Amino acid sequence: MIEGLSRNAARNIFLGGSIIFFIIFVGLTAHSHYYIVTESTDHEGLTDQIKLGKHVWEKESCINCHSLLGEGAYFAPELGNVWLRYGGADNPDAARQGIKQWIRLQPLGAPGRRQMPSYDHLTDEELDALIEFFRWTSEIDTQGWPPTISG
Amino acid sequence: MKYQTQKVAYPFFIAALLLFAGQVLFGLLAGAVYVWPEFMAEAMPFHIMRMSHTNLLVVWLLIGFFGATYYLLPEEAETELHSPMIAYVQLAIFVFAGAAALISYQFGIHEGREFLEQPFWIKILLTISFLMFLYNGTRTLMAGRRTAISMILMAGLWLAAIFWLFAFYNPANLSLDKMYWWYVIHLWVEGVWGLIMASLLAYLLVKLSGVDREIIEKWLYVIVGLVLFAGLLGTGHHYYWIGTPAYWQPLGNIFGALEVLPLFSMVVFTFYMFWQGSRNHPNKSAILWTLGCAVMAFFGAGVWGLMHNMSWVNYYSHGTQVTAAHGHLAFYGAYVMLNLAIITYAMPQLRGKLPYNQIRNMWSFWLMTGGMAFMTFTLTFAGVVQTHLQRVMGENYMTTQDQIWVFYAMRFGAGIVVVIGALIFLWATLGKPREQKPAGATHVASDNAG
Repeated sequence: MIEGLSRNAARNIFLGGSIIFFIIFVGLTAHSHYYIVTESTDHEGLTDQIKLGKHVWEKESCINCHSLLGEGAYFAPELGNVWLRYGGADNPDAARQGIKQWIRLQPLGAPGRRQMPSYDHLTDEELDALIEFFRWTSEIDTQGWPPTISG
Repeated sequence: MKYQTQKVAYPFFIAALLLFAGQVLFGLLAGAVYVWPEFMAEAMPFHIMRMSHTNLLVVWLLIGFFGATYYLLPEEAETELHSPMIAYVQLAIFVFAGAAALISYQFGIHEGREFLEQPFWIKILLTISFLMFLYNGTRTLMAGRRTAISMILMAGLWLAAIFWLFAFYNPANLSLDKMYWWYVIHLWVEGVWGLIMASLLAYLLVKLSGVDREIIEKWLYVIVGLVLFAGLLGTGHHYYWIGTPAYWQPLGNIFGALEVLPLFSMVVFTFYMFWQGSRNHPNKSAILWTLGCAVMAFFGAGVWGLMHNMSWVNYYSHGTQVTAAHGHLAFYGAYVMLNLAIITYAMPQLRGKLPYNQIRNMWSFWLMTGGMAFMTFTLTFAGVVQTHLQRVMGENYMTTQDQIWVFYAMRFGAGIVVVIGALIFLWATLGKPREQKPAGATHVASDNAG
């Protein structure tokens, strides 16, 4: 196939094609940006508390053990739907309490079990914000992922 | 070595290899935690090991790319490097920033997006160093002969720097955050790094196979065309479940499948060029790494990627050990082996020797490559079982993990072999050189024809 092609023709196909595909890609991500802000997430509902929660999530680098919407370290459970696993859809107060208690219990020290470090240095305000961030995340329209509640 | 300033590459390669050793050692620690969950839980929690492992990988690969560029640019451009001083300062900044990040992680100082954990001021230092590199390289390129190899290589590095800027953009909306995060992660490893990979392979083939540059550069354009045609919209296979629109599913399926093509064409390219070429280059270990790189990248990035990037498969396998399997072999095949190929090729010239310690080098090739293949198989089995138990049967995450322990134990064994292989590589390339030339090889190592 390659014998009939000159080097300059190959270069022009590369340059032209790459530019076209890049423009399509940028256009589609621009549309996706709009879609995220208007349809799939509660963009209006991004309160200061949720922003603080995301900051706590990042400051503690939770993603290097857990995953969030399937991205992360796969060493610890998925947390994109942790709010739903704790029954947050039906009973938000119980879910809030349950998740908070679980984090406060760490490290469990259970033998033979992966150890989550202590997060005693987080204030109640920070923990509440983190949990609110989980609630907000669980409401993202993820095209039906994950397939089961186990995450 | 035809140009004096090519020797600038030497400290780059040494720094890269030392950080490589650090990377695999952190990997070994993290692998141990999967087997003995309480291992170092107090001293160094898992997340610190993991970010050290991944960050060291990216830092040493980049330093290797910088070194490779400095090594080949004078030859390609037929002129001395613009400024060796800028190169040394730039290396010092980059190594300092990488080391500072690594040390700060051990004290829990980090940002929190995956792979972009470096504190803000360290990101700034990395950017400054990268820009100094681009300035130096571009000035050299403009001053001399411009070949397809050097142009595509520099274009890949420029684009890598540009997409890196998205590391500074962190929107509060998680879905937006994730969408632009992939601008760095995917457009690097499945996009513009492909330009770097193809052009470095092309350079090695010009040197090692002796095939006419005209033919090699034509292949190069076809391959990098395929890389970007498939890779740009192939980003869609990361946009299935993060709050982005449903049309990314057909797009991700089609272009994700096409991403195999550039990787397969690199296999054909490397083997075909050695078949065509008349040169009997004495650096057999460099030839082995060059061929191995194309083959393992095809399996790791291509086949293992294709295995789970279709949306109807990914729906079940996303974020399981299948991803970990793919990630390990893809990075090893495409970028680790590429760097080791360049280093194996360039080191004898940089040290003023004929090819040396070749047998030892080839031992390290087979130990590392065999170890990585075995690791990939064990993680794939772990991932398939996990997918079934957790994603189909709906069993709880921790229960599932308990049932796949045996695969983690085997992965740890594979990890030990990889570490041994890596250390042997360091010994072979940095240790006392014993010149080894295979029977029948006539060409001298310092050959610069091309």
